[in-house]
This record gives sequence, structure tokens and C-alpha cells, in this order.
Amino acid sequence: MLKRASAVSAFAVLAAISAPMIHAADLVKVDGSSTVFPITEAMAEEFQKTEKGKTQVTVGISGTGGGFKKFCRGETDISDASRPIKESEVKLCKENGIEYIELPVALDALTVVINPKNDWVDRLSVEELKKMWEPAAQDKITNWNQIRPGFPDRPLKLFGPGTDSGTYDYFVEAVIEGKSTRGDFTASEDDNVLVQGVASDVNALGFFGLAYYDENQGKLKAAPISWKGGKAVSPSVENAKNASYQPLSRPIFIYVNKKTADEKAYVRRFVEFYLDNRNSQKLVKEVGYVPLPEKAYDMAMNNFKKRQTGTVFHGSEVGIGIEELLARAPK
Amino acid sequence: MASSPGKQPAQPELESIVRGNRRSDLVMAGIGMIVLLVAMALLAAVFIDLAVKGWPRLINPDFYINFPSRHPEQAGILSAAVGTTLVMLVTALVAIPLGVAAGVYLEEYAARSWITDVIEINVSNLAGVPSIIYGLLALGLFVHAFGLGETILTAGLVLALLILPVIIVATREAIRSIPLELREAAYGLGADKWQTVRLYVLPAARPGILTGAIVGLARAIGEAAPVITIGALTFIAFLPPPPVQAQPPFINFEWLSSPFTVMPIQLFNWVSRPQAEFHINAAATGVVLMVMTLGMNGLAIYIRYRLRRDAR
Repeated sequence: MLKRASAVSAFAVLAAISAPMIHAADLVKVDGSSTVFPITEAMAEEFQKTEKGKTQVTVGISGTGGGFKKFCRGETDISDASRPIKESEVKLCKENGIEYIELPVALDALTVVINPKNDWVDRLSVEELKKMWEPAAQDKITNWNQIRPGFPDRPLKLFGPGTDSGTYDYFVEAVIEGKSTRGDFTASEDDNVLVQGVASDVNALGFFGLAYYDENQGKLKAAPISWKGGKAVSPSVENAKNASYQPLSRPIFIYVNKKTADEKAYVRRFVEFYLDNRNSQKLVKEVGYVPLPEKAYDMAMNNFKKRQTGTVFHGSEVGIGIEELLARAPK
Repeated sequence: MASSPGKQPAQPELESIVRGNRRSDLVMAGIGMIVLLVAMALLAAVFIDLAVKGWPRLINPDFYINFPSRHPEQAGILSAAVGTTLVMLVTALVAIPLGVAAGVYLEEYAARSWITDVIEINVSNLAGVPSIIYGLLALGLFVHAFGLGETILTAGLVLALLILPVIIVATREAIRSIPLELREAAYGLGADKWQTVRLYVLPAARPGILTGAIVGLARAIGEAAPVITIGALTFIAFLPPPPVQAQPPFINFEWLSSPFTVMPIQLFNWVSRPQAEFHINAAATGVVLMVMTLGMNGLAIYIRYRLRRDAR
């Protein structure tokens, strides 16, 4: 038996090495952020239905950074990203001669949540969030009464996503305007752990994407956020869409390889399906994200058809309207 | 146990020693029993918890024949289950022959020298290396250097590497437990070394080797980290080409170069989704995975039992 098994396996390995590594059906390869994944999954599911098996789409979750590594080596057609491409990734793509088209596909509202039994927070300002989360707060800001006079004498327990996530990166940029937060908070890559943490501790405060708040409204309370002395705005689909929930609304993106978009009609069809208002308005909302305004999808579609390559982001920027971004010329 | 020569202890003294030993035996057996029960209870608790949570999906046949979907109630594990099965096939076909051959060589042929010592220490150490390290190795070696891509073949090979030490160690243990008389009888009949190993030692060692192989495979089936590292996908709504076909040459190997996902990755993805309905799917997937693992362990026990009986 063992002898037969070894003969078969030797044959298998030989055959595999000599077999051509190509596939019969048209294949669109997508990889990247796990935040964008639910949207791309929904798009892929529906797109495959309309293509009736002619085109297949695969979606991975290597993370925004891991996704760009593959994308800039030309291994994927599309990269999901929960933040704009970074300087180092721009360079990597350039070295490998990969040109890309940057397309915002939805908005996510970072939601600051507290326990429902917390009766002292009616709103929070970005300055107060910064006071809680900045690196200098480590081991110093440990009590709610240090945040605002009038807050009770209670320990402050912080929960947030892991430092590898795009969500964390965006929060740092929008609130701290530095490189990182304090280190002494409870971090988890699984947002459901954060939900449990905040839901079971009166003194807790945490942040994550709107979808996780929406699904757990009974267990959590969202804090309205005020920015630059403006009035406090609650996180919601409407407030993210009309750009009043700032600076914690962020666009999320797909990046499309220009060469494959030019060469492969089925990649082109998938991207056009993705940006079509008839699909995006419905599907993005269904999976718990905020669709862009209709006009923004039209502008993105236009940018794609013109094959406008490059990124419109220059370093860290927060609180810019999506239509303003789309109208910008890339550098 | 120890019989002291010369002076025999007095009768009552002997009795108290025996009583004391019986008592400590009983205590040890009790402790052992409690530890065993705690372990079993933990496993049972996890299993029952998952089964209760995942029940609505477990009894729904669609769960087993549907592809992943954004609608939790329509999402199924088909692509993950097929992916896991095919990856395990590659793993078994690569790891078992290689591991057994290495074990036989080390136990039967290798001369005692410092080189064999180094190899032995390495093999034992490899069994303890975190699985993600194998994933990184495979990403550099199989995916990029050999250009095998993010395929079923790559995943099968990395999991084969992962369980190779387990199989080597099990093979050696099994061979070592064969009585010397069997070998001597074979040599006495004029068999050479390879004939002895092939005709007498390996068949006699088969139960131990198979147990090791299946325990190794049961470990590999639950691994997510190395498979994610080499680039397994999360959403894939089609199956690899089938390994058997109606036209000659009847088998094809295209499936080896197909993209794939496996059950632990599907489970992980569903656990981290915000919608509670996906968590039901995750629990159900956990049950299926545990049943597969327990089934493989059960198979190992059965094979061992059968072969032992046949050997008599």
C-alpha cells in the first residue's frame, strides 16, 4: 500500500509541475482589506450570477498592506483597501511597472461606542478623544474625570482594533494626528471581541466600523462626535453620506490594475458592475456600509473609463468630501 | 516491586507496605480519572455549545451544497469542504511516503554519527515550530521561488511539511517496538535488509505508522495560519476541476493548480463578521470540522484495532 501511495504521489508532483498553470474560465483576482471584503464579496456573488458562470471572481483577505504587496507584483487584478495607498506601496508598484486606478467604493463611519449604562457621556469632542488616546496619555489618563470636569470618578477602560488594521490607522490620523495611540488599551483584530468588551463594562469606551455598531445597537451606545467646535453629530448612514459626520467618516477603496483593465474585458465588466449605481447603492447598504452619493459613483465610473491612474492622496488627509476627492487630479 | 535480598521484613510490616502502595495506586488512579474527565468535559462542552448554536444550519442540506454568500442563511461550506478534502489528499500523498521513508532510513539504515544526531534533534524540534513559520517558508519557497502559485498543491505541500515530523517520529517509534526476534528470524531465512524491512518490519509496524499519519492529518485539517500566509482565498464560488473525468486519461491534475479555500479560513471569516447570523454559520462549520477530526481519529483507532487483530 505504501509503495503504491508513493508512486502516485511522485506522479502527482511530476504532473503538477508539467501541467500548465492556467485556467479555462475567466478569473478576476481580488485580494486585500478584510474591511472591504464584505462589499467585494457581495459584488462578486451578484456579478457571477449575471455572467452565468462565464467569469469567476475570487476574493482574499490578506489585509490592505498584504493586498498591495501582491497587487504591486502584478499577482492580482484588483486590491481592496481600507486606506489610500501609501508612499512605499506607490514606489513598489512603480518599480514593477504597475499602473493603478484608484476608486472609492463606499464610506465607513468609525463609531465611538460606550456602554448603554454610561449616563455621563452625551457627546465627545475630537479633542477629548485625543486626550484619551494620545501616546502621552499612557499610564496618566486613567479616569473618566480627567477627560472633562463633571465626568464621574470612574476608571477609563479603552478598547480598539489591532495596530495592523486600516481602521486603527485612520483613527490615529483623524484624532491623534500622529503616528500611534497609547499602548495600554485592549486591542483585538476581531471587532466582535471589542463589542463584547464594551457591552460588559460600564466604564468602557471603544471604536470600530459602523456595521458592528448597527448589528449590536441593543448592547452599545454610540457617542455623537463634535469636531473643531462644531455641533455634535451621531454616526449614521445619512450623516456619513452628507459628510456631516466628520472627521471619522472615511472612504474605502478598490485599486484596479490598469493593464489588466485594458486587456481583459471581464475585469472591466466587473469594475463597471461594481461602480454602477444600480448595484452599489443597494449592495453596499446591504452589507452594512454607507454607499457614496450617486454622483460620486458616476464620477468614479468616469475616472475608470478615462483610466485615470495614480492616487489623489498626499500624505495624511482627513475630513474631505468624497466628491471633492474625485474631482481632484492625481499627482 | 524491589525485593531486598537477605533480610526478609516481618509479616505485619510487609502488609502495611502493601496497603500503603495500594492506597497510593488508588489515589493516582483517581487523579488520572479526574484529569481525563476534565479534558473530556471541556471537549464535550465546546462541541455541545457549537452544535446547539449551529443547529439551524447543520440540519439544512443547503449548508453543505451552497457556496459562500453575503446572505448568511444561504451561505454554505461547499467550496471550503472540497478545498479541505483536496488539500488533505495532497498532504497525505506527500507526507506519508516521505515521512515513512525518512523514519525507516533513520531507524534502520543511518549509521550512528553526529550527523544523524543533528538530524534527529532537528526532526524533534521541527515538530514544535509554530505553523505560521511553515507558511512563511512556503510563501518564499513554493509560491515565489518555485512559482507554484497560491494553489491547492502549495497548500498540500506546506501542510505536508508541517506534519512530516509527526509521521517520522511515529514511524520510528513503531519500528522500534518490533521485537528483535522477528528481524533475526528473517535474516536467518536469508532475507537481506530491504527484504526484512519490506516484508516483516513495515507490515508489523503498520498500526503505529498509520496512527501517526492520521493524527498528523487531523492536526493539518484545522490549520488556518500557514494556509492564509500562502494566500488561500476567502470568497470562492466555484470548485476546482474534478480529479477524475469521463474521457481518457480519466484523471487530471488541473485541480492541483486551482485557487481554493479551506474550512478554518471560512470559519474565521464568519466569526469576525458583524451580523450574528454569520456566527451561526461559524458554529456549524466548527461542528463539521470537529466531526471530521474526530472521524479521522476514530478511523485511526479502528485501523489499529483491525491490523492488530489480523497480526495475531
